[in-house]
Amino acid sequence: MGILPKKDTKLILDPLFDNNPITVQVLGICSALAITAQLKASIVMAVSVIAVLSVGNVIISLMRNIIPSKIRIIVQLIVVATLVIIVDQILKAFSYELSKQLSVFIGLIITNCIIMGRFEAFALANSPWRAFLDGIGNAAGYGIILIIVGFFRELLGSGTLLGFPVLGDPINKTGVYAFGYENNGFMLLSPMALIVIGLIIWVQRSRNKELIEE
Amino acid sequence: MTKFTEKNSYTIFFSIIMVLVVGSLLAGVAQGLKGKIEENKRIEKQQNILYAMGVNNNQSDTDVAFIPPKKVESEFSKYIKKQLVCQGDNISEENNAYLIDIKKEEVLAKKGNYERRLPLFIGEKEGKTFYIIPLRGKGLWDAVWGYIALDKEYVVQGVFFDHKGETPGLGANIKERFFMDDFKGEKIFKGTEFKGISIVKGNNDPLNKDKTDNEVDALAGATITGDGLTAMIKKDLKLYLPCLEKIIKK
Repeated sequence: MGILPKKDTKLILDPLFDNNPITVQVLGICSALAITAQLKASIVMAVSVIAVLSVGNVIISLMRNIIPSKIRIIVQLIVVATLVIIVDQILKAFSYELSKQLSVFIGLIITNCIIMGRFEAFALANSPWRAFLDGIGNAAGYGIILIIVGFFRELLGSGTLLGFPVLGDPINKTGVYAFGYENNGFMLLSPMALIVIGLIIWVQRSRNKELIEE
Repeated sequence: MTKFTEKNSYTIFFSIIMVLVVGSLLAGVAQGLKGKIEENKRIEKQQNILYAMGVNNNQSDTDVAFIPPKKVESEFSKYIKKQLVCQGDNISEENNAYLIDIKKEEVLAKKGNYERRLPLFIGEKEGKTFYIIPLRGKGLWDAVWGYIALDKEYVVQGVFFDHKGETPGLGANIKERFFMDDFKGEKIFKGTEFKGISIVKGNNDPLNKDKTDNEVDALAGATITGDGLTAMIKKDLKLYLPCLEKIIKK
C-alpha cells in the first residue's frame, strides 16, 4: 500500500497478521465459534464488525478529550450499542430476510470484546483518522480468521460453499461422494471451530517464531 | 488544577447530554423506519400463511422459500378466498383478518369479559380447500408461532412454524423442512376423539409412515420446544374446533 504513510499502513496490516486479534490477542473467540458454520454468516459478520468498529473508533476518538474518564467504559458501551441498534433497524427495514437470519448475531456484535478493546486501547488515545484505520485493520483481521474458519467448516461439514454444492451431491453420490467421501458432521459443531482456529495459530506461529510466548 | 473531565459535575452533565442525544437519535431512527419494518412484517405474515397451504417457492427438498415479497400481494388474494373471524358464535368475514394481533387477543381474553376474535383463512388451490389456522404458544426461551392448514376431513395439509429465540441448531430447527414436512397427512382426531398432534421422542415411527398415530418425531435436543409446540397445537386447535366445524359444514 503505497498511498498511505508507512506508520498508517502498519495500523492496517499489523492486526491482519502479526497482531491478529483472534490468533494473537485471543479476543473475540466466542463469536468466531458461534457463527462460522457457514461461510455466508462469517462474511456478513466480518462486514458488520468492520462497519461498527471503524465508525465506533472514529466517534470515540472524536470525543476522547471530553469523555469523563470515570464513566468512559459506559460511554463506550453506549456508542457501540447505539451503532448496533441502528444497523439492526436498517437491516430490518431494507433487508428483512437477512436480518431474520442474523437476528442473534447482530446483537452479538455488542459483546465482541475486540470492539471495546480497541475503543479503550486505541481510540481513546489517537486521532480519528488513525483510529479509523486501526478499526478497519482490527476488524479485518478478525474477519479474515472468521472467513477462513467458515470456509473450512462449511466445505468439510456440509460440502457446500456459500450454499452451493461444490463437492457433488451426498445423497445421489456424485462428485467426490462417488469415491466414498462423507461430510464430517463434527465440523458443524463449535468445538471444531476452536480446533480450526488452533490449527491457524499453529501455522502462524511456526512461520513467525517471534509470536511464540515463553 | 484537575482537568475539567475529572469533575463530578461535568460527569453528570456529560451523562445527561449523552442520554438525550442517544435517546433522541434512536427514537428518530426507530420512528423513521417504523413504516418500512411494519410493511415487512405484514408481507411476512402473508408469506407464512401461503406457505402453510403449500404455496411457496421451494426448489429442493431442504429449502424453505417463500413467495417473493413483490408477488405476495397478488398471490395472497389469488389463493386466499376468504378471511373469517370467529367471535363466540358469530362468524364474520373481514378483509384484513390476517392482521389481527393474536397475542393481544390472548391477553384481552385472559382478562375476562372479552370474547376472543379468532382469525381463520380459507384457501383454495387446485380445487382443494384449505382451512388455515394461526397458532401461538411458548417454546423454550420465547414465543413460538405458526400456521396449520387442514382440509375438510381435519387432515393436516401443511404447517409453518417460526420462533423468536429458540436455540440455533436445536429448537430453531422447527422451521426446517424435515420437521415441518413431517406434519403433512397427520390427523388431529383419533376416531372421534380430538387428540391434536404430539411431538414425541422415543417414537417407534421415526420415519413417520404411520399417519394415524397423531404423533410426529421430536427434534434431538429440543424437548421443551417440542413440548411447547404440542401444547400450542392442542390448545389452539381446540379453541377453533367449534367454529371450524360450522364453517366446514356450511
